[in-house]
Amino acid sequence: MVEDFNELSSIQIDALKEIGNIGAGNAATALAQMVNAKIDMNVPKVNILPFAEVPDLIGGADSHVVGIYFNVTGRAPASILFILPIDKAIILCDMLFGKNIGDTSADDFGEMEMSAMMELGNILSATYLNALAMFTNIDFIPSVPALGIDMAGAIIDAVLAQFGEVADHVLVLDTEFKKEATDVVGYFFLLPEPGSLSSILSALGVNF
Amino acid sequence: MGKIIQVGMADLKLAKTPDKLMTAGLGSCIGICVFDKNVGVGGLAHIMLPSSTLAKSNLNHAKFADTAIVLLLDELEKMGCSRSRLQAKYAGGSQMFKFSGDSDIMKIGPRNAEAVGEHLNKHRIRVLASDTGGNYGRTITFDPKTGDLLVRTIGHGERII
Repeated sequence: MVEDFNELSSIQIDALKEIGNIGAGNAATALAQMVNAKIDMNVPKVNILPFAEVPDLIGGADSHVVGIYFNVTGRAPASILFILPIDKAIILCDMLFGKNIGDTSADDFGEMEMSAMMELGNILSATYLNALAMFTNIDFIPSVPALGIDMAGAIIDAVLAQFGEVADHVLVLDTEFKKEATDVVGYFFLLPEPGSLSSILSALGVNF
Repeated sequence: MGKIIQVGMADLKLAKTPDKLMTAGLGSCIGICVFDKNVGVGGLAHIMLPSSTLAKSNLNHAKFADTAIVLLLDELEKMGCSRSRLQAKYAGGSQMFKFSGDSDIMKIGPRNAEAVGEHLNKHRIRVLASDTGGNYGRTITFDPKTGDLLVRTIGHGERII
């Protein structure tokens, strides 16, 4: 049973990176098809962080973002958080709706845009989890999406609070999606619950 | 000019005039400020959860409303504050996500706000002002000299309580 994230071996971390890579690769393809543009991604990072440092992954607790959250149930429960800076979210909306980039402003972000973002989150998390499920033979069942538009720290803390009962650190498997190689559009976080790691690692054959 | 001391999530810090304390991006979390105006010393705790009693990992006292308040009061007394003069202000405890069904993630903010009020009252600390609830984040800056708590939001205005 992996209780303490700091006890993970480098082979285990590599295994997590690899499944993150496959999951995010599929998600990036889905995103590219939806917005009809080339989407790149970086190699996923496995971060073991104290709570206070998580907002730094996405540009600080103060930055204005759209967050889409999924609670994943099954044998290996986890949380998924897809975070987009607000200015990138409106660009994605323009692309999804077939408008010219710049047509929507952050103030126009209404029901239609929220709904589009939640659908985007649905597709990304479903493709990510499908890849994970194929690899591990574990079923992952995502909840309906929950959406928040606000400061990054505020979006993240409600999610982290669930982990606060059992841990002081959180394991974040994060991937950045990029449009045209440099422009970061969003951050995809998978946060497995401490007990889930054992299930995932044994399924991958690296639980020692 | 004083410094602005940053307080992270599940963290607690003290400041002496002219320094100020700041914590960014409070969602369901709460920033609890307690100070002694005569001494010009204040503390800010950024708590995540209402109670340490249900938690398996409760070594970090700044993470929970109940233990963070005890820690704040102890630390302030060590800095020469008088228990009877201590006063409090707090902000945060919102419900960030819409459409999240009946998940626990909905209720944590209001539960935090309730617990903070309860525990301050239990230790007989006078609450001068609070700004909790809603569905938006808050960034707060606390000045232990004046007791002013500046609350900034995105799209919900800026105010001093």
